[in-house]
Amino acid sequence: MTPRKQRMLAVGLAGAGVVIATVLTLRAFEENMMFFVDISEVVQGNAPADRNFRVGGLVVQNSVEREPGQLEVKFTLTDTKNNLDVYYAGILPDLFREGQGIIAHGRLDANGVFVADTVLAKHDENYMPPEVADSLAKHAAEKAAATAVNQE
Amino acid sequence: MTEMFAMGNYGAYVWSSFGLTAIVMLACVAQARSRQRTVYQQIETRLKAMESAE
Amino acid sequence: MWTFFHKLASPPHFYDISARFIPWFAVLGLLLIGYGTVAGLFFAPADYQQGDAFRIIYVHVPAAYLSMMAYSIMAVSAAIGLIWRMKLAHAVAAGAAPLGAWFTFLALATGSIWGRPMWGTWWEWGDPRLTSELIMLFLYFGYMALRAAIDDTTKADKASAVLALVGAVNIPIIHFSVEWWSSLHQGPTLVREGGPAIEPAMLYPLLAMIFGFTFFFGALLLARVRTEVLSREHRARWVRNMMMGESA
Repeated sequence: MTPRKQRMLAVGLAGAGVVIATVLTLRAFEENMMFFVDISEVVQGNAPADRNFRVGGLVVQNSVEREPGQLEVKFTLTDTKNNLDVYYAGILPDLFREGQGIIAHGRLDANGVFVADTVLAKHDENYMPPEVADSLAKHAAEKAAATAVNQE
Repeated sequence: MTEMFAMGNYGAYVWSSFGLTAIVMLACVAQARSRQRTVYQQIETRLKAMESAE
Repeated sequence: MWTFFHKLASPPHFYDISARFIPWFAVLGLLLIGYGTVAGLFFAPADYQQGDAFRIIYVHVPAAYLSMMAYSIMAVSAAIGLIWRMKLAHAVAAGAAPLGAWFTFLALATGSIWGRPMWGTWWEWGDPRLTSELIMLFLYFGYMALRAAIDDTTKADKASAVLALVGAVNIPIIHFSVEWWSSLHQGPTLVREGGPAIEPAMLYPLLAMIFGFTFFFGALLLARVRTEVLSREHRARWVRNMMMGESA
């Protein structure tokens, strides 16, 4: 084996070692790597009860209740399988709206309501002008209507 | 025209991002230049010292 | 082909050839960045969700991409330097580090400015994308500190190359963090199955910015590597001849 091949092998083996060590470490911390918990996990009681955590989901349409002039807001989050009621008193991000994906930080109270101290908005990876988004939504609605008619 | 620069209430965020980018890019150029000057000067001093020693 | 590379690896040749590329890279970079900035700020339509705030993408994405690109160049050069004992490769790695650090800082800063109005926060500890990018900034700092701490260039080359290679494991983690774990940061827009998820009128300025930043980075990298080569070869005859020729 030439010295150069030996060095190549050494670098390769060291690299493989680092990768394996990293994978094992990340595996060990898998749960802590999760930035937020799914609604279903929370509803099934798999969320920490005694400390704050983050929960992520979509804001259910027509679920946002807010007294005019008040900061307090109540809404329901969903992961399309389970729902979770959230209470929050504070300023909401610009992107907060019904149907939007959001992440709330806080803890569950005795009644199973999630009391949030922070609400963050998530946005998706799609970028388009409003007109395109509108026409996409229209097409989707028409398609849904057409399938509904066909099924009848 | 003002509307174009207002960026629909996000002007402060958009313009500060672009401004910061310009500053960082200029800093990159300035840093590379100053390092080049330093190395040039070091070599020149060395060469002059060698010349006077000869 | 091989003779070209062998010639390029010789410092005087590299010093000579690289000088011809720098002005072209700089001009191309500035033209593309100029077009991308104007088109991105004023001609691309506003986003359906984020309005005009989305325009931060035109500086954030190129900076983030270059921060990872610079690290990849640094790690690959470090490996070449270790295996083939090529001094020019170590010089490339050393030249890429400060540039990578600047672009990582820029990606973090513009991301923070973007996150405040859209997500509702400047920074979120624990988000895998944000955290892994911050770790990369510290890797760059560590690399530069290690180089600065060792006086002997050959020893500094070896030690810093090992650090660069170990840290390279962070690169796939940054890229896939948004797919492997739940995250506040959204998934990839450009590099994804089914093509980019962005309108053409928004995409073209972004591509111009990405290529423009790359050329700009290329010019800076070549300039930095030339300085690095000069300082390493300061005892060589070709440097002496060149400097004497210039001052005469």
